[in-house]
Parts: sequence; C-alpha cells; structure tokens
Amino acid sequence: MELTFWTYEGPPHVGAIRIANSMRGVHLLLHSPQGDTYADLLFTMIERDRKRPPVTYTTFQARDLGSDTAELVTGTLQSTVDRFRPSVLLVGDSCTAELIQDQPGTLATGAGLDVPIIPLEMLAYSRKENWGAAETFYSLVRGLLNRQAPEPGWTRPARPQGQRPKVNLLGPTSLGFRCRDDIIEVQKLLESVGVVAPLGASPQDLLRIPEADANICLYPEVADTTCAWLQRTFKQPTISTVPIGVGATRDFLQELAETLGLTECEVTADAVCRLPWYSRSVDSTYLTGKRVFIFADATHALAAARMAREELGFEVVGLGTYSREQARAVRKAAKDYGLEALITDNYLEVEKAVAELQPELVLGTQMERHIAKKLGIGCAVISTPAHVQDYPARYSPQMGFEGANVIFDTWVHPLVMGLEEHLLTMFRDDFEFNDDKVPSHLAAVGGTSHRPAEAPAAEGADDAALRWEADAEKELKKIPFFVRGKARRNTEKYAMERGVAAINVETLYEAKAHFSR
Amino acid sequence: MSNAVLASDRPGSAPITQERGQRAVFCGLTSIIWLHRKIQDAFFLVVGSRTCAHLIQSAAGVMIFAEPRFATAVLQDRDLAGLADANEELDRVAAQVIARRPEIKTVFLVSSCPSEVIKLDLANAAQRLGEKYDGRVRFIDYSGSGIETTFTQGEDSCLESLAAKLPADDSGEPALMVAGSLPDIVEDQFARLFEQLGIGPVHFFPARSSTAMPPVGPNTRLLLAQPFLGNATRALEKRGAKLLKAPYPYGAEGTTAWLRAAADAFGVAPGHFEQVTAAPRARAERALEAPRERLTGKRITFLPDSQMELPLARFLQRECGMELGEIGTPFFDQQTMAAELPLLPEGVRITEGQDLDPQLDRVRAARPDLTVCGLGIANPLESEGLRTKWSIELVFTPVHGYDQAGDLAGLFTRPLARQDMLEV
Repeated sequence: MELTFWTYEGPPHVGAIRIANSMRGVHLLLHSPQGDTYADLLFTMIERDRKRPPVTYTTFQARDLGSDTAELVTGTLQSTVDRFRPSVLLVGDSCTAELIQDQPGTLATGAGLDVPIIPLEMLAYSRKENWGAAETFYSLVRGLLNRQAPEPGWTRPARPQGQRPKVNLLGPTSLGFRCRDDIIEVQKLLESVGVVAPLGASPQDLLRIPEADANICLYPEVADTTCAWLQRTFKQPTISTVPIGVGATRDFLQELAETLGLTECEVTADAVCRLPWYSRSVDSTYLTGKRVFIFADATHALAAARMAREELGFEVVGLGTYSREQARAVRKAAKDYGLEALITDNYLEVEKAVAELQPELVLGTQMERHIAKKLGIGCAVISTPAHVQDYPARYSPQMGFEGANVIFDTWVHPLVMGLEEHLLTMFRDDFEFNDDKVPSHLAAVGGTSHRPAEAPAAEGADDAALRWEADAEKELKKIPFFVRGKARRNTEKYAMERGVAAINVETLYEAKAHFSR
Repeated sequence: MSNAVLASDRPGSAPITQERGQRAVFCGLTSIIWLHRKIQDAFFLVVGSRTCAHLIQSAAGVMIFAEPRFATAVLQDRDLAGLADANEELDRVAAQVIARRPEIKTVFLVSSCPSEVIKLDLANAAQRLGEKYDGRVRFIDYSGSGIETTFTQGEDSCLESLAAKLPADDSGEPALMVAGSLPDIVEDQFARLFEQLGIGPVHFFPARSSTAMPPVGPNTRLLLAQPFLGNATRALEKRGAKLLKAPYPYGAEGTTAWLRAAADAFGVAPGHFEQVTAAPRARAERALEAPRERLTGKRITFLPDSQMELPLARFLQRECGMELGEIGTPFFDQQTMAAELPLLPEGVRITEGQDLDPQLDRVRAARPDLTVCGLGIANPLESEGLRTKWSIELVFTPVHGYDQAGDLAGLFTRPLARQDMLEV
C-alpha cells in the first residue's frame, strides 16, 4: 500500500479513455463499478468537451458480484455496438473489474460482434494514466496495422525522386497539455503531414500511418511505444526531438531534414519568433540567474529546463518528473545541470524540495501551482495535470516558434518586473509600495493577504544553538520577500558551518559575500 | 434492462419505475469531500486504488488548498499477490498518517470497490488499530465503495457506522437529534430556532468534533436534515431513537413542516410555534418572490444523483411554481421519503436507478427548461441547447432552512438568467 494524498496521474483506464476520446469512431467499453464514471467530468468539465467521452461503463454493483458480472458485459457489449456503431470497439477493465477476472476483452472477441475488437490490459495496480494511454494507442495501432505488416527483413523503398516527404504526428491526446494548439503550430513547420493521431484521427486514418516517411513522436509519454513498433515493423524512422523552445525547434527541423534527406531548412527563428530578441532586450536583464524549479511530465520538464537556461537565462535549481517511464532522460538532463533529478509521484516530496530551495519561479503542474501559492512563489503551469484555466480560449501552443513566444510571456508574467524589483529593494518601508504587495501587473490576481508566513529555518537547524539577533532579523526584513527565504537559509547554513550561535548583521553580510557568485 | 414496477403508497399516482444499466453517478467516497470539512479532528483513509484517489480529487473540482484530511492507501500488485500482508501494510500506512497529523482523534477506514472485492476486513483492522492506539486515536470503518454506495450514501454509511458507537443516553429526558451534515451557519440558525421554540437539548449528528458525538437512546427524537440517511436512521432506531416523520427543510413550507415535527414531539404550544417561526418564514417567502417569477411554469427534470431529488422537486413545484418532468433518484427509500411523497403532484414520473443513454434520450425528447444532473453530463447537455444545474452544488451550498430558501431557488434561476443575458 502506498499512502497517497493527491495524485499526478489517474489510473491506466483513464489513459485509455483519453485515447478513445481523442478519436473519431472509437468507443470504449469499460467493465467497472458505479463511480468510475467520474472520469467523464475530466473531459466535459476540465477540457470543456461538448460531448460525453465515448465510453460505456458496465456499472456493476455488489448484488451483481454474487450472480454473473460476465453476463452484464455480454449484454452491454451488444447494446453498446447497437447504439454507437463504432468503427472499432476497445474493451477493458477498470481496477475493480481486473480483480474479478471476467476477461471482458476475451468475452468481446468471442461474442461475434460485427465490429473489430481491441482488448486492453490495463494493469491497474502497477501502472498509471500515461502508461494506459500509451498502451491503448499502441494496442489500437498494432491491432489495426498488424495485418499489413511486411515480412521481417523487408526494407523500405526509397522515396521516389520529386515526391514530397510526408510525416505523421503521433502522441497528441485529449486532456494533453495544449495539444490542440501544438498540432496546428507544428503543422505550420511542415510541408506535408500524413496522419495526426490519436487526436482527431479515425481508425481509417490509422491505417494510413505506414504511408508516411517518418513518425514524429510529439509526446513520448503517449507515443513512444507506438513509434518504436512502427520503426521496427514498417521501418519508419522516429523523429524524437520535441520542438518546445527555439533551440529545440531548430534541432527538430534539423533532425527532420536529416531523416528525410532534405537540404537543411531555411527557416530561422528570428524571422518568426520574438523570443530571441525579447530575451536580449535590456529589460530582460533582470531575468538573469532567476532561480527556477521545474517539475512536470518528462517531456515538458526537459523542454522547460533547456529553455529556462538557454533561452531565458534562468538558473535551474531543481528538476524532476512524475513520469517514471521517462525517468532516465530526466536524470541525465539533471546531471548536466549539476542537479540530482527528483523522480517521485508524491507531491509532498516536491513541496519539501521547493520549500528548501526557495526558487523565485516554479514551473510545474497544477500541484506545483498549489505548492507555489502556499509558499508565496510565482508559478507557471507547463504540463498536465492541469485545471480548467490551463485549457485557455485563446490560441496558446507550447511547441514551435509561436509556442516559444507564448512560453516567454507565460513565464515572465509571474515575476516581479526589473525596475520594480529595484525599487522594492531601495525603499523597503514605503507604506504603499512594498513587497507585501502583489506585483503591480498582478494586482487583479489577488490581494496582499496571500503571502504566507516566513519560510521556516533550514531543515535540521537546531533552534537552541542558533538564534537571530533583533538587528539582524530587522535587516533580513529589508531584503525583498522573493529572495528573503534564500538569504535566511544561506545565513543559517553559513552560521552553522562556522559554529556561530547568534546571527548578527555582520553574519548576514558575511554569508552574503560567501554565497555571492 | 429490466423495468420492474414498485407498488406505490400514493393511491392513483404513477408508480415508481426501476431502471438498471449504465449509471453516471459518483460513488460514496465523494462524500468525504464534505465530511472531512465537517468533522474537523477526523481523518478519512480510503483503502483502495489510484482510481479512488483520482476520483476524490477530481470530484472536488479543485484541490483544497490546505493539506487534506483524507488520503488513499493505494493497493499495489504486491498487496494483491499476497506478497505483502494487508494488515501489516495498513498498520504501516495508518502510522504514517498519525505521525503526519498527530492532532487527529479519529481515523475513518473507508472501504472501496477493490478492497471489498478482495474482502479486506476493515472492521477487524479498525478494532486492531483501535487497541494499538488505545485512548489516542479511534478507528471506525465504513463503506464508501461504488458497489455498495452512491454519492451521498457515503455519508449514510459513515453515520450508520458511527451510530453503533455513539454513547448511550439513558437519562430518560427527551432530546432532539438532527442528523445529516449541515453547513455550520445553517446548523447555528437551526440551533437558535430550536432554542427559541424551547426544544432541547438538541444534538447535531455528526458533531463538528469526532470526540463530541451525541448520545442516543430511547429518549432520542430523530429529525433528518438530509434525505439520504436511510441506513443511518435504521441504525439509530436500533439504539432506541424515534424517527420524526417530516419533509426536509427546503423552502419556507418544508422548513416549517420540519420544525413543526420537532415542536409537536416536544409539546411546543401552537401559538408559540407560530410566534417563533412567523418572522423567518415571512422572510423566506419574501426571498422566494423574485425567483418564483422566473421559475413559474418552467419545466425541470432530475437525473439521479444525491437522493435530494424528491424533496427539491417538491420545493420547486410547490413554492416556485415549476412543472415537474421525470424525477430520477439513485435510490428510493420508503421510510425517509414518507412525508415527501404525498406532497408531490399526482402522476409525476419517478425513476429509481439509471440506464443512462435511454434516460438522456428522454431528456432530449422532453427538452425541459432545466435539467439537474452530474458534472460529467452538464456540458454535453448545454451544448445541445439544454440548460442545466450541477447537482453537486446542491450538496456543497447552504440550502436548508428559512434563510437559505432564496439562495436555494437562486441556484435554479441562475442558469436561466444567464441564458437570457448572453447574446453570443
């Protein structure tokens, strides 16, 4: 058993629903007790979908357990096919159904229904939502394409001279982070797109996947398994650079050109992207070295870390992910930043890390938004799980050059602006304009009451052995709120290392000099 | 699916249709969202799957800012394969909870679909843990599973379990017990009214503190503030409590009848009752005037959700002039609805249980002005041009009593007012 307060990911069958809800003509029959239908509201309330997801829940109750739940599956199968007439029927279990072992997939396959059946194995007690989405997408693609799989040893013929190359975009899903806009933005970079899936695709579209020259794995969490199988089976190379950020978008175009044997693409970022100039503009100087903490799904965490350092000039002080399947890549990237990656699905560990590191900006999921709010730190949401406000009405991709523009604005917004930051430091006691106030451009967001109590003393600090003299405490208060926690921690660390029992103003400035770089 | 017909105790009226099939309802775990706010020194530990954890946080809509007083002990492969001893695992997780929240006085061990299917004995576990933390923390088990409970039945199940453990009241003096979680502000209003009526002592169940739960005995007169407490009622009756037959305190009429049931049981003189209730009742009626204008003649349908459907339908029809379409209820309890049924118009269609798709077809065909439904269905119906009211809001908002009558009606007028305002 694992004690869980909030969870980053839902169970695997929610991943299966995400695939079904992404597509046209696909229906999911889920063997499940009542209550599991809560999943509907993820789509209709968070993503504001206009239709219920295409799922039929068998809804068994305690009284059915004594009799025949398998019969319930059989009955529901027929009525579901009659009512929805799907092109493909996915059949799976939710967690409870997995325990009663009715094997709905097998029942469906043997039911003589006039529709292709794809049975799903969801492994509810060891896996989670993203894995469920990846597995469902893979099962669906493999189930539909297996029959056209060429003999092993087959080689893909070269693309005929003069024929435009074509690529598939794989991985965007319903309830994914900005997938709706990302696929529009990425298509702007490409000349000719084959299939976009699963979002917006039909099973008939999936049948055309092998026609393309390569697959772009846009969201590895969902499409990795599928892309690997397509590469093995249909010898379609996978383009694996995720185009989030200016540098990554350039790399993406280069990988695309190399894979498809094209002369390198002429698109330069400056022509279409404002981020490089905005980041060089003098008003951005204050962004330099802002300490940023990043925790998200692996794709967005990796992309954010690179952008933060290379494109906004931040210092990455923490990097982690809840995507255990992609943990290796995040560990490696963290090492490059001189950090140890935080791989966990326990938000309490993330909260502890943020409290200890006292970053100036948190980039994360809705969980980190709550953590940052609690600690009084600016935050931008960069990944699922996300709330309704992160499914905005406006066009706001994360990928491609416009995505980089959107991200620049989004990350800079929660920060205190350059000169404002100086003024706050200079005139600390101004009764109207001090750092207990919300930054001027965020005044509408909240009152002044959200600032939490001061960050507690450093972990392990022995209160009895370490105390702040009144004048040092007063001096500390003159340091702006958003760096005060860090200053307190550094000073205490410095004092402890030197066995200083009472911190005075001198200690504070000694520590400042010691830690300055 | 089968459509059995239940004998009705309303002569000449339409029978109650029972339906089976796909349901779009929450399970009883959802009630933890308000129970953990109500009982402030209690912790709710669900023994279940990731689905349970995900359900509670999704149904709450937003995550509660503070660290929640609920959590899920998520079962893993090794628990199911017998590699880990479930009891030892549960003891370990319980210790984690108590270490983290040392101020907690009661831990509710809440069973779920998976824990019930694998027959994890939480009653036993509660007893064992209770002995282990003797005097410091109490452990009480109940079922919040979807295979046993629907949405508000989670509270029913919780109170049923608590009822067996309430202190015995053998004082012989009559006492009033008001059962069902109410918002604190409403509880305080009712407490003032009972005091003015001269009714006392009055105990609210559940109490705000798990260590101050009310006593129960043969002298207890039980008044239900919430319509979904059938099993808790029977458990309290076993302890000697006498149920007062009353409609539920929605609207001016409902609240008056509800208070009168208590007043009659405690021998309050009619003149005094009139004197105490006249002013707040007039206030409630005044507050209902404006909403009634907008709601009169409008047709409303309820999809099954909270068991509040019948009393709300009664309020909307009798006090707001609405016309009733189909009233769906997840579960129909003869005993707790005894005073409500006669107040409903003859021939109204009541459906117990659910078969979702055919029911939605009926809504589409009838095109009511307003449909009360769960969160998952509201936007799809809105996109078809039908106005809806999320039913969960009715459980989360103060809606009982005289001074909330206007607010209650307001929940139903708002979607209609919005429709009139929007020009896009």
